[in-house]
Amino acid sequence: MKISFDNALGLFPKSLELRAKRTELLASNLANADTPGYKARDFDIDRILQEANPRQIPLQTTRPEHLAPSTDGIEGQLAYRVPQQASLDGNTVEEHIEQAKFAENALRYQTTLRFINGKISSLMLALRGE
Amino acid sequence: MASFKIFEVAGSGMNAQMVRLNITASNLANADSVSSSIEQTYKSRQPVFAAHFQNAFDRLHGTATKVNILGVVESKAPLQMEYAPHHPMANEQGYIFKPNVNTVEDLANMIAASRSYQNNIEVLNTAKELMLQTLRLGQ
Repeated sequence: MKISFDNALGLFPKSLELRAKRTELLASNLANADTPGYKARDFDIDRILQEANPRQIPLQTTRPEHLAPSTDGIEGQLAYRVPQQASLDGNTVEEHIEQAKFAENALRYQTTLRFINGKISSLMLALRGE
Repeated sequence: MASFKIFEVAGSGMNAQMVRLNITASNLANADSVSSSIEQTYKSRQPVFAAHFQNAFDRLHGTATKVNILGVVESKAPLQMEYAPHHPMANEQGYIFKPNVNTVEDLANMIAASRSYQNNIEVLNTAKELMLQTLRLGQ
């Protein structure tokens, strides 16, 4: 029997990475709340995690000009938010909605951190063998 | 939380709102600056914001988008002309020119700018807190 960190932590590190990306995206939405023509964007983390298949064969780049395949799986998943009430200057950021999403995302990030911490504690316990 | 881009994004947002606040302050301060010709009269100013994309790829797939200030535009609204022959700034015809500053509009602008600034600070604080918690991982 051996201890595998990858198996022990499961999807949580990936989830943490995606949450961090989403924090960035929502921060951009909030920063551009007064930018004319800016369209608010978001992506569905659950869907990306469902599609994350470890046995998938990664796209290869055979020439230096080729764009490197993304490792985070966000590409192609970014979507524009449909505003409840669009403003005249073409901006679709609604601050209250973005704030709520940002708070939710931060909380979920902390939850994921807590889970990873629990896993690490279990591993430590197993290593000590007490 | 491996990237520090979020601090740049929130920082650029705060910078943009601060510029807007400064411009609003000069509009309000100069609301009563009269002069004797149209050219010399203060005109109401507004900053122009734009999302900062590095390239086309960034526009589609980038997650961190900063705010750019493209420039400051002067209002095209007509100036107020007033007949005041005894005013020290009056021209030969006895007219003075008042700026086209709309103080009500500028006060509303000031409140909006300060709220947006607060929003960005909140984002910054949350991101900092999340990063510190990530650093303490496994302890």
